Amino acid sequence: MNSFTFRRADAPDTAVEALAHDHAAKLLGGGTNLIDLMKQGVEQPTALIDINPLPLAEITPLPGGGLRLGATARNSDTAAHPEVRAQYPMLAQAILAGASAQLRNMATDAGNLLQRTRCYYFYDPAYLACNKRKPGSGCAAITGFNRIHAILGASPECIATNPSDMAVALAALEPTVRVRGPKGERHIHFADFHRLPGKTPEIDTNLRADELILSIDLPRSSYAAHSHYLKVRDRASYAFALVSVAAALDLDGTTIRSARLALGGVAHKPWRAEAAEKSLKGKPATADSFRAAAELALAGAQTYKDNAFKVPMAKQAIVRALTVAAGEQA
Amino acid sequence: MSAAAIGEPLTRVDGRAKVTGAAKYAAEFEVPHAAHAVMVTSTVASGRITRMDTTAAERSPGVVTIMTPANAPRLPNNGRAAVNPPAGRVLQLLQDAEVHYNNQPIAVVVAETLNQALLAAALIDVRYQSTPPKLDFQAGFPAAHVGKNKIPSMLSEGDVAQGFAAAEVTVEQIYTTPKQNHNPMEPHGTIASWDGELLTLHDATQYIFGVKQTVAKTLGIPEDNVRVLCPYTGGGFGSKGSTWSHVVLAAMAAKVAKRPVKLVLERPQMFGPVGGRPETYQHIVLGAKRDGTLTAIRHDCYSHVSTVEDFVEPSSSQTRMLYAAPVITTSQKLVSLNVGTPTFQRAPGEATGTFALEIAMDELAVALNMDPVALRLKNYAEADPTSHKPFSSKHLRECYEQGAGRFGWSKRNPAPRSHREGNLLIGYGMATATYPANRSESQAAVRFEPNGRVTVLSGTQDLGTGTYTIMAQVAAAKLGLPITLVDAKLGDTRQPQGPVSGGSQTAASVTPAVQAAAEQAVLKLVTLEISNPGSPFYGALPEELDFKEGKLLRRSAPASGIPFTEIVGRNGGAAVEAKASAKPSQDVEEYSQHSWGAVFAEVAVDESLGMPHVRRLTAVYDVGTLLNEKTGKSQLIGGLVWAQSLALEEETHIDPTTGRPVNNNLAEYHMPVNLDIGALDVSALGTPDKNFEPLGGRGIGEIGITGASAAIANAIYHATGKRFRDAPITPDKLLA
Ligand SMILES: Cc1cc2nc3c(=O)[nH]c(=O)nc-3n(C[C@H](O)[C@H](O)[C@H](O)COP(=O)(O)OP(=O)(O)OC[C@H]3O[C@@H](n4cnc5c(N)ncnc54)[C@H](O)[C@@H]3O)c2cc1C
Ligand code: SF4
Repeated sequence: MNSFTFRRADAPDTAVEALAHDHAAKLLGGGTNLIDLMKQGVEQPTALIDINPLPLAEITPLPGGGLRLGATARNSDTAAHPEVRAQYPMLAQAILAGASAQLRNMATDAGNLLQRTRCYYFYDPAYLACNKRKPGSGCAAITGFNRIHAILGASPECIATNPSDMAVALAALEPTVRVRGPKGERHIHFADFHRLPGKTPEIDTNLRADELILSIDLPRSSYAAHSHYLKVRDRASYAFALVSVAAALDLDGTTIRSARLALGGVAHKPWRAEAAEKSLKGKPATADSFRAAAELALAGAQTYKDNAFKVPMAKQAIVRALTVAAGEQA
Repeated sequence: MSAAAIGEPLTRVDGRAKVTGAAKYAAEFEVPHAAHAVMVTSTVASGRITRMDTTAAERSPGVVTIMTPANAPRLPNNGRAAVNPPAGRVLQLLQDAEVHYNNQPIAVVVAETLNQALLAAALIDVRYQSTPPKLDFQAGFPAAHVGKNKIPSMLSEGDVAQGFAAAEVTVEQIYTTPKQNHNPMEPHGTIASWDGELLTLHDATQYIFGVKQTVAKTLGIPEDNVRVLCPYTGGGFGSKGSTWSHVVLAAMAAKVAKRPVKLVLERPQMFGPVGGRPETYQHIVLGAKRDGTLTAIRHDCYSHVSTVEDFVEPSSSQTRMLYAAPVITTSQKLVSLNVGTPTFQRAPGEATGTFALEIAMDELAVALNMDPVALRLKNYAEADPTSHKPFSSKHLRECYEQGAGRFGWSKRNPAPRSHREGNLLIGYGMATATYPANRSESQAAVRFEPNGRVTVLSGTQDLGTGTYTIMAQVAAAKLGLPITLVDAKLGDTRQPQGPVSGGSQTAASVTPAVQAAAEQAVLKLVTLEISNPGSPFYGALPEELDFKEGKLLRRSAPASGIPFTEIVGRNGGAAVEAKASAKPSQDVEEYSQHSWGAVFAEVAVDESLGMPHVRRLTAVYDVGTLLNEKTGKSQLIGGLVWAQSLALEEETHIDPTTGRPVNNNLAEYHMPVNLDIGALDVSALGTPDKNFEPLGGRGIGEIGITGASAAIANAIYHATGKRFRDAPITPDKLLA
């Protein structure tokens, strides 16, 4: 691990100032991802700014409905929060499907959004080629062992996936991310928060280097009654998703008024399946509708040597998640 | 408290020390002035180092010394003086610039702190002239070679052509198991300190005397100059059975640095430099009559080795003794790859071999439309079919019967896909478990202390298995004392010599020595007393005396007992100690010695998601006497968890270009978590095997991983109607 300075932030503004002042500084949330990456030599910040002392851990109702998740609210506390469970049960399920109890107790909601890919080649600097770690160096995964890699929205520069479960549920819930930079606050639509790799896979999100996440603001949801988060993984706990699905339906009897569908484990960002959502609108909540939506969701899939299984797996997981969501009673 | 008894489910004597952190593992010893070392490993799999620039690293803060192939002390015979296959490994000791596998040790950085060493290590600039590595296992089959092992690589019993000609039904299939790496919680680690010519090593090992011997020979120093200490081993599973490069490198670095050096492997370094289970490819042909009688078995195996050394994963071992076929032919061939040398990993051979053979038997049962248990009973071997020796003891039939009964096997509808619960398909499967019973010579000492306690010592290891507990328990039982009065000591080469804790032999080897030492120690008390005019036993004949509940007494007057403390006091006050050795008698060679078991599995498969869940495993074992039911069952349970891991999760993936393990950490190297494990019903018959060992106990450390992986695969077949022959059966394969 490289040497770095450490300080506790006492106010959001001082944290932002510190970031603006030193571009190699990093904010420290729960540390469950950042510290690991520092030990691996993948991240080498010169300064760590601990934001845990900031008053950002609250989960509070928003005026007009909706819920604000403070940046440093712990994943565990978020999943256990009565309002989260009542209004956004799928979010609680997604968080609880991730990592382990110990990690969730440390991990913060903002940190979760910014966790980096688990691509093996990114994690181990012994591999010389990784455009995300070292722009321009190539991508070892494309010709390497790519069982866990992307099937949607990848680029020849990078086929990594975003590993977060929480973010998949959030993608379906359309929150905004409230951030503060040197020039003040702004809101980023969740759909615009994470990026596809394109030619710049080293940039995961549209958060600027000198910005601090303050909260994740969830709008009021009409999906609480019919939603489900499904995670397919190699073991029952403590494994990242091979494929995951956040499915939510707003039902009028058995007819779908509107649907939300997001996929994890398939792309560089939590993957919102908008065409599939549209196809469900006005359809009966039946297996046939779900299968048609699943086909649409995976229409553009491109696979590599070891990950072709993700296409049928994702389709079947979509059908299952929608089926469970439809069957769930209020 | 009453006297301890053999078999009693006593709680681990070291349990409290372990959960409170008081138990000190090798790397936790605080050796004054110790510097921290890190091993630098290669990032290519084949070739040679052309340049290693350490300039920046040497200038890095806190660096004490950097040892590279250019400056490392030269060792006798290029560091190969102790090479003695299969356990005296070919090590990478910076004696040349050759690279044989990715992650091979190529330098050692010593600094004041661990982080300084890590930082400096990252600054070393290594250039290679690399050659294309050999990484494709199956491509190597045409050039495969035959290796040496304790069992012969080729064996043929009966007329092979005739055996298969006589078959009415034949099953022929290929089964594969992947590369694995042992990942005990405690990584390998060594603290080396020199005091003049004397070397002390705190080492995480399964064999302190092996470390002593190997390090002494490799460095070219007298064995007596080396002391090895390892009071606790945080799991080994075979990887700590050999002395690997880092142990010798730590000693070399300490010599160069002129101060103690601590070297602990990083988790990713557990993948390559310290062994692993080789990949296997197993071709099995079973020929049988319509009534199920086997006419012939063929089991041809390939496994990989490194380019520096052979190691045979003897997957065909059990095929030579498990079923009574008149024709049995087996072979073992090796493919050299540019990967770290494979080694013993929990039940080497049987773990992978029973996966293949016991699925093949299930396939035969299906082909014959016969119950899998009935097929096994039909071919029950009353004697070893290839050595033709009688078994020392075999109660496998009871294992099948009791296991089937406990599991509810009779409720099984044999038709695949016949049991569905919502999205889940439920299947039942079974398999036979077996592992050889091993034992070797061991020494122990028993000491009556002046304070009324008894110390039992042996230079053996406790891998978390319960050696401390059974040593104390066996000594206490022999002396008629409660276990709370006995202290067990182990893990120091100054103690009487114990064997390697491998091959499930520690208990069976060490406890007879403990018993013998206890007898000898009592005899010493007797001798002292009958020749001491101050003793009430003065002049008695030894056979008139007895030792019970910590007291010496006359058989004729059992109430006359005198506590041993009084005897110790009367004879100068120094502890009375005796040492003894025990080894298997010659008669043992007349038997084929094995443990047995039957495993039944219920698995639920969610086919459209590819996710399996093992709901329950029922296993009944014939492992002779269980010395301690609690620690013994823990071993069997642990073995079952490993079997599930082999069947469904565990695999080291190697990058196809660079030969570097890709999932080299515990987040991505999957093994079961608690939530994966269903109900485990484990029992042991407890029938003593006195032909094997005086207490009648056979080893229990490894049998649990055998057979059970096939039982799970067979249950998956029964659930889904699809046969999976390639471990691990992960969601990508299982997805329908
Ligand atoms: C073994 C293992 C298994 C795991 N399994 C899963 C899993 O199955 N599913 C899953 O979803 N996750 C999993 N995780 C990941 C875990 O969820 C993340 O590590 C965690 O959510 C990160 O949160 P943190 O607060 O610890 O982030 P940190 O490590 O503290 O920070 C991560 C990044 O976010 C930045 N950051 C933190 N807070 C802010 C802020 N307020 N504003 C701006 N930047 C900020 C940091 O600078 C850093 O770059 C696993 C992790 C491990 C180690
Ligand atoms: S997939 Fe992306 S993260 Fe992985 S090696 Fe390629 S560039 Fe790096």
